[in-house]
Amino acid sequence: MRRFTWFNAISLTFGFAFLYIPMVILVIYSFNASKLVTVWAGFSTKWYGELLSNQAFIDAAWVTLKVAVISSTVATILGTMAAFVLVRSGRFFGRTLFSGMIYAPLVMPEVITGLSLLLLFIAIGLDRGVFTIVLAHATFSMCFVSVVVSSRMASFDRSLEEAAYDLGCTGFDAFKSVTLPIIAPAVISGWLLAFTLSLDDLVIASFTAGPSATTLPIKIFSSVRLGVSPEINALSTIIIALVTMGVVAASLASKRAIVRQHREEQLADK
Amino acid sequence: MSRRLLVLIPYLWLTALFLVPFIIVLKISLSDYAISIPPYTPQLDIAGGWAAVKDFFTALDLENYWFLTEDDLYWKAYLSSLQIAALSTLFTLIVAFPIAYGMANAPDHWRPTLLMLVILPFWTSFLIRIYAWIGILSNDGFLNQLLQWIGLTSEPLTILNTNVAVYIGIVYAYLPFMVLPIYSTLEKLDGSLLEAAQDLGCSRTSAFWLVTVRLAKPGIIAGCFLVFIPALGEFVIPSLLGGSDTLMIGKVLWEEFFSNRDWPVASAVAIILLILLIVPIVLFQRNEQAQREADQ
Repeated sequence: MRRFTWFNAISLTFGFAFLYIPMVILVIYSFNASKLVTVWAGFSTKWYGELLSNQAFIDAAWVTLKVAVISSTVATILGTMAAFVLVRSGRFFGRTLFSGMIYAPLVMPEVITGLSLLLLFIAIGLDRGVFTIVLAHATFSMCFVSVVVSSRMASFDRSLEEAAYDLGCTGFDAFKSVTLPIIAPAVISGWLLAFTLSLDDLVIASFTAGPSATTLPIKIFSSVRLGVSPEINALSTIIIALVTMGVVAASLASKRAIVRQHREEQLADK
Repeated sequence: MSRRLLVLIPYLWLTALFLVPFIIVLKISLSDYAISIPPYTPQLDIAGGWAAVKDFFTALDLENYWFLTEDDLYWKAYLSSLQIAALSTLFTLIVAFPIAYGMANAPDHWRPTLLMLVILPFWTSFLIRIYAWIGILSNDGFLNQLLQWIGLTSEPLTILNTNVAVYIGIVYAYLPFMVLPIYSTLEKLDGSLLEAAQDLGCSRTSAFWLVTVRLAKPGIIAGCFLVFIPALGEFVIPSLLGGSDTLMIGKVLWEEFFSNRDWPVASAVAIILLILLIVPIVLFQRNEQAQREADQ
């Protein structure tokens, strides 16, 4: 007896308005001709032009992208391994410590993660730059990846793997042709999560980036501290557009994959 | 062999980049401030043999922690972080519950879209979503323009750079974390329970409180922790939306480290923040565990 009442409709309307109006305003005012961000002075795309000719932003965007691609790939590999260990390995020496180290970074305040990694890099005399940001991002995102992958693996039917062994597969073959395809959706969403966490991160990158490397969030933060600027609005609009397209595409793709899997399972049952 | 390698690689990685850094923070929090590079003493000198190691350990003390209790800036910052985190968790719950309830009652074919609309902002840059509020809350911002146009105020209200702006920022940024767990408990709710309650003489309001809210409790608790825990150590929101009098411990730590360059005190601030977080984290784990057991 669920009924969609007027109260429900109103709260959904207000709720989504609250979530989306700030972003809509941001997008609209990125096309404002005036330098003042709160006064509309006609349509213009000049801020996009200025943004694209601002070399500092372009450089920062490249650094950010590079860090995100490398760190999320490393995080996905390590996180998947960690998920295997968590779900499959049973008891081993130091297991409690291991699972503690997987879950702790998820709830650790970013300022502490950043501070501790910076102090480590200084203690071992590692020059700060792109490499240290990659290390830092890979470490905290591998924990998110392993949570995502291990929740998928918990519902995994191990008899499929055993069947592969019985049919003569070696360990790696069985992993490649049976296990990996089944956990693939979780691995992919883990990678996407790690990628966006890295793109988004300000605090940890600020601690672990030396003067030689500036990521986009660091650049945005330092210019936003001086006040609202239409260039940042233009940049935000580009980011929002890319993310929206990415999320919509990913959800359509996963919907199609689910339908295909469902169909294959039905065929297999016949 | 390969199985051992599988355990070893992530294990060593996390030990080197999570556990060891944490021990370094702990150690530096017990050291003294010094005008040198790195700016703290003592340094461990293994080449000096046992005597040097012993000197090193005897030179560690709790001085920085005493300093934190003496200067009221720090405990005020901890208290005000706790207050801001707790109140904004409550506000987030008040905003999130009706949204989650509306989603759970919505027709089946709407739900995937509604769910995506809640998750989408989570994928968008956190920094940008907070930045968007600067233009809305400033003195000549959209909110003040709207309020003056309606005629509610004649003078612009000062909202940006106050704690009110911090509350708004936290509610906005963490709303999906509260909506999703509540929605997932409400979605599983068996509608016939409400019918039964009403057949047994409950009014619709009391059936709502006795059945819907009660059964949504695990989701509400999970959501509250998911908002409270990150809000306590928040840095971006207080530094962009808060004012100079907004005291939050994440901001204090940042300034202690980057502006004052006092690493030992910054490390001590971090350790106490972690100790404060242990209680809610353990409670959160218990709640998750209980829910998992109830599901089976």
